[in-house]
Amino acid sequence: MAGERVLPDGVTARRAVEAVWRIESARIVATLTRFTGDFALAEDIAQEALAEALASWPRAGVPANPGAWLVAVGKRRAIDGWRRDAARDVRYAALARELGEADAAAAASSTPPWDPDAIDDDVLRLVFIACHPVLSREASIALTLRTVAGLSTEAIARAFLVPVATVQQRIVRAKKTLSAAAVPFEVPPRDEYPARLSAVLSVVYLIFNEGYAAASGAEWMRADLAREALRLGRVLAELVPREPEAHGLVALMEFLVARFPARLSAAGEPVLLADQDRSRWDRMLIARGRAALARADSLGRGRGAYGLQAAIAECHDVAPSVGETDWGRIVVLYEALGRIAPSPVVELNRAVAVSQAEGLATALRIVDSLAASGSLAGYGLLPSVRGELLTRLGRTDEARAEFEKAIALTSNEREHAVLVAKVRAL
Amino acid sequence: MSKFMLIMRATPEAVAAFAEADFTEVIAAMGAYNESMLKAGVMVGGDGLAPEPGLVVSFDETPPVVTDGPYGETKELFNGFWVLEVPTIEEAAEWARRAPLTPGNKIEVRRITGPDDFPADNEWIQKEEEWRANGYSPTE
Repeated sequence: MAGERVLPDGVTARRAVEAVWRIESARIVATLTRFTGDFALAEDIAQEALAEALASWPRAGVPANPGAWLVAVGKRRAIDGWRRDAARDVRYAALARELGEADAAAAASSTPPWDPDAIDDDVLRLVFIACHPVLSREASIALTLRTVAGLSTEAIARAFLVPVATVQQRIVRAKKTLSAAAVPFEVPPRDEYPARLSAVLSVVYLIFNEGYAAASGAEWMRADLAREALRLGRVLAELVPREPEAHGLVALMEFLVARFPARLSAAGEPVLLADQDRSRWDRMLIARGRAALARADSLGRGRGAYGLQAAIAECHDVAPSVGETDWGRIVVLYEALGRIAPSPVVELNRAVAVSQAEGLATALRIVDSLAASGSLAGYGLLPSVRGELLTRLGRTDEARAEFEKAIALTSNEREHAVLVAKVRAL
Repeated sequence: MSKFMLIMRATPEAVAAFAEADFTEVIAAMGAYNESMLKAGVMVGGDGLAPEPGLVVSFDETPPVVTDGPYGETKELFNGFWVLEVPTIEEAAEWARRAPLTPGNKIEVRRITGPDDFPADNEWIQKEEEWRANGYSPTE
């Protein structure tokens, strides 16, 4: 028995258009950027094409090749614009006519509206534009989510808990900045490549962290944001398969997302790593993480900061319990990480690992010297870790003082609750 | 994000036509399709079912009866599935639309239930979740 045909009314048309856009946005904007030679213009006309789809698909149905349809409409818009600028230039008129015919055919056929052999390179060029160093991090995040991940402005605003107008502004400003800087549609030259790739990876990781740090019951949207970053990372790793750090970042995200099912108690409270029910960790994602890390290693160029962090996450993910974790290995990995990406936060984490592997006194010495350096002043995790070590050393009064400091420094409600519970348990 | 199952079903005619098609070509088309979903980071599983007829267990009678087909009312044979992880059912359907299939084939798109669909405090639901996380190897 045949079901009712789902004719796209207002709502389902929007969702159908969104679905196509999620799958094709990067290729559509990349193709239009190649066609117009202008990313900002390409983004504008792609959005216009989307609006036209919303108006047309409820009547006409979703076309056989929606990507080709959107590209065709986008190209037509571009030519209309040029024609206006060129005061009815006959050459543009002829171009428009030819294109109109070719694209009508393309939208009905199954042939993709882009060169299958070149499209991945064009998408990569697009990623490099969206994460260009002339842009602020916030602008890159918004632009990457909208053009590469195909999220709507509304979805981005929801995920980042900011008004829609703010996201729109960021995107408009970002496009102006890119135009002003005449940023080319290219894969960066060899001498710039490592820094530019690392900027791209850091945008993906920032998106991930925005979702990961907040992934809790009431904010489930943000766990989705972390998963979105994972999806972006997987796509990116396939665009630059020879880059170990791209696979390292994917591995890290797979390992961390694997723990999501155990991160909240039934009451919606955050559960610390040590207390998580590890049987609920997603073995499939852990397996994917290990595969990604193995792929990074197989490139034979050693581990970068993401690869090392992934390896640390792997130690936790494969351990049956805190006690059975290979803390010695984690210490070594943190040492390596501290050498290639020195940071007081890494040092603090190393101290936690040392407390498990070598002993509390050694760990406390690391934390004390960190505290003395003042580099983590105002960072709640420092007194929190110090309090934890002092608790285990039986120095209860000092521990209480540290936890009180940590409580004063946190603005996160749930962290606050965890710390208050620790004081109470002393 | 939710997981969706794309359930591929075909009429006996479509299955017969499939058997006559150039196997290398079919595999290449299916491989390219799967690769496109893998590269997009959305495919998390899938399998095909062997073409030879199976057995049918019917609960119309007590105790249930096992027969070797035919499949009764069912005119279409279930012959494979994909599991995708995407935010909306529309996106799952849009991926389904791209499958290299011929007339006589259908893909049914269904959401796979997750822990949110069941009471979290139920002991069996909790066990299920553990089993799933462990690839259905028994846990303590």
